[in-house]
Amino acid sequence: MPPAHWPPSLPGDVMTTTQADFRAALLDPERAVPDGLTDPAGQPTKRRFAVYRNNVTVALIDALRTGFPVLCKLLGDQNFDQLARVFARAHPPTSPLMMHYGAALPAFLDGFEPLARIGYLPDIARLELALRHAYHAADSTPLDAARLGALPPEVLMQTRLHLSPAVQLVHSRWPIHDIWCYNTRAGAQKPRSIAQPVLVTRAKFDPEPHALTPAQAAWIQAIIDGATLENAVDAATAIDANFDLGPLLTLLIQHNALTDITTPKD
Amino acid sequence: MLDATLTPPRLPAAPGVGYKAQHFADLRAAPGPVKWLEIHAENYMGDGGRPHAQLRALREDFAISVHGVGLSIGGEGRLDPDHLARLKALVGWLEPASFSEHLAWSTHGAEFLDDLLPLPYTDATLIRVADHIDEVQDVLGRRMLLENPSSYLAFAESTWSETDFLAELVRRTGCGLLLDVNNVFISATNLDYTPQSYLDAYPLTAVGEIHVGGHDEDEDDHGAPLLIDSHGREAAEPVWALLDHALAGTGPAPVLVEWDNDVPDWPTLRAEADRAASALAAVPAG
Amino acid sequence: MSKTMKSVAIVGAVAAAMTAHSATTAEAAGKEKCYGISLAGENDCAAGPGTTCAGTSTVDYQGNAWTLVDAGTCAEIDLPAMADGTPRTGSLEELNRDLPSA
Repeated sequence: MPPAHWPPSLPGDVMTTTQADFRAALLDPERAVPDGLTDPAGQPTKRRFAVYRNNVTVALIDALRTGFPVLCKLLGDQNFDQLARVFARAHPPTSPLMMHYGAALPAFLDGFEPLARIGYLPDIARLELALRHAYHAADSTPLDAARLGALPPEVLMQTRLHLSPAVQLVHSRWPIHDIWCYNTRAGAQKPRSIAQPVLVTRAKFDPEPHALTPAQAAWIQAIIDGATLENAVDAATAIDANFDLGPLLTLLIQHNALTDITTPKD
Repeated sequence: MLDATLTPPRLPAAPGVGYKAQHFADLRAAPGPVKWLEIHAENYMGDGGRPHAQLRALREDFAISVHGVGLSIGGEGRLDPDHLARLKALVGWLEPASFSEHLAWSTHGAEFLDDLLPLPYTDATLIRVADHIDEVQDVLGRRMLLENPSSYLAFAESTWSETDFLAELVRRTGCGLLLDVNNVFISATNLDYTPQSYLDAYPLTAVGEIHVGGHDEDEDDHGAPLLIDSHGREAAEPVWALLDHALAGTGPAPVLVEWDNDVPDWPTLRAEADRAASALAAVPAG
Repeated sequence: MSKTMKSVAIVGAVAAAMTAHSATTAEAAGKEKCYGISLAGENDCAAGPGTTCAGTSTVDYQGNAWTLVDAGTCAEIDLPAMADGTPRTGSLEELNRDLPSA
């Protein structure tokens, strides 16, 4: 005989509770507790349902806090939690993989009037997402740079570079690298008033953000889009006639950001 | 019904701990009595990087239990085929000793609600959950364990006791059970029955794994005790007593210490594993 | 830039980069230096804070709900208008100055 804990005998029509009812009340505190949910004496209960409301709401706020630590530092805990609660109720996760939660936050911030004056917030959110993507990206084998060095100039010009799946490019007209460093590294300088796109690399397991010039960002974007080395340099020099590929290529090799090349004859 | 020949190797009848990345080095240097680790499946469904590298290293020294928290087996909708495919891929390369999930739901439509939400126990939900378990076992090609939830409220429409509901699922699907004695204690307190009566009615022969963990104390609208499954502290004394009670029925079994919030340093967690080892040592073999 | 100049520049850049050493110091799988990213977005099966009002409170996020009481580092970051002429500045202080006093 099963323990006589539940259900007690109930008179008349028994209330049913659909998951749609349950979900609707979970993230909307204005809604009444769904019918059919009770304490062990069969009485309606607000505080017991509140446990689930809290579980979901706090889990989502905590996920955003750990996923966007710099955003949290910029706004302060109280302001961030407020933002996170508004966002979480409007945009609950759309995947069971919490590692991806918050992908909709930059666009949400783009249109979030109360914080619109802090123009760099959406791009900081994009940078924090990029670091997370890089962390979970597929492993790859670095390119043997000697393959690049062995190409004759005319072939080199028409060669396409393959970037590691961990490489992320975040465009911005704000100094997001400075802002990120200011909030994560002791003694970092105050953010300068410059446009600062960021390249995220992952040499092995740890993502690392690098500040780019707009011309460097244009070169990386062209490479991502499948351009040849020559066309990528054209894209960069269109922005800065003095663009020098050397430092950027060095950075890519040092951080295992290149995985392969495709030459015209391939 | 599952083909029993597909049953994979079992977890050792020894203490395990829920794996946290901050314990990586300690676990390899001084595991103490810990013979196996449990991971939350969803945290290893990225494409690569450190999480996968750590698992590849750990599986050399420990048996691994994959514990899903996002499959929504109790959901009204169909199981997410993408998520099932991810699970199959993970189980495929990791070859864990066990896969378990919860008698709960967490997905509604396209939304994932990041909590283990309760369901009523009715003829209709029994059929649905059994179908979902069948599907999981078919896709994974292995037997799964189903965990009893911690309950904070009751459904007026329930017509089955939780223990009968679980026993019937075992009978229909061939799945095993993950007995969380902390959840038993929480639900019994919250829904006003004795945890012993729950264990007496529970199909202990189907148990493939036992969980212990910590809970918090709160109270409901009328001042009645309401325990919260917080996994943020040591397991309470009555929960250890319940473990002894359960082990007396199951015989030696894999016992996991769960600690997910305010994760402590390794010596503190290991002390909990030591306590599980003592409980296991007191159980007559076989 | 002429095609020849461009070719020289690219070949030069490649030659310079060839002397770079890739980051061969394999970071041990266990040693994190990545700012807590590993903890971001972890799934778990623990419950939250019980019956507190965290999940039941409503939010008034218009205007002066954004207080300086607990303001973060954005109050220290003073960015003038960006090069593209956008008038926005980067300070929460600015926002609060514009609010009617409570």
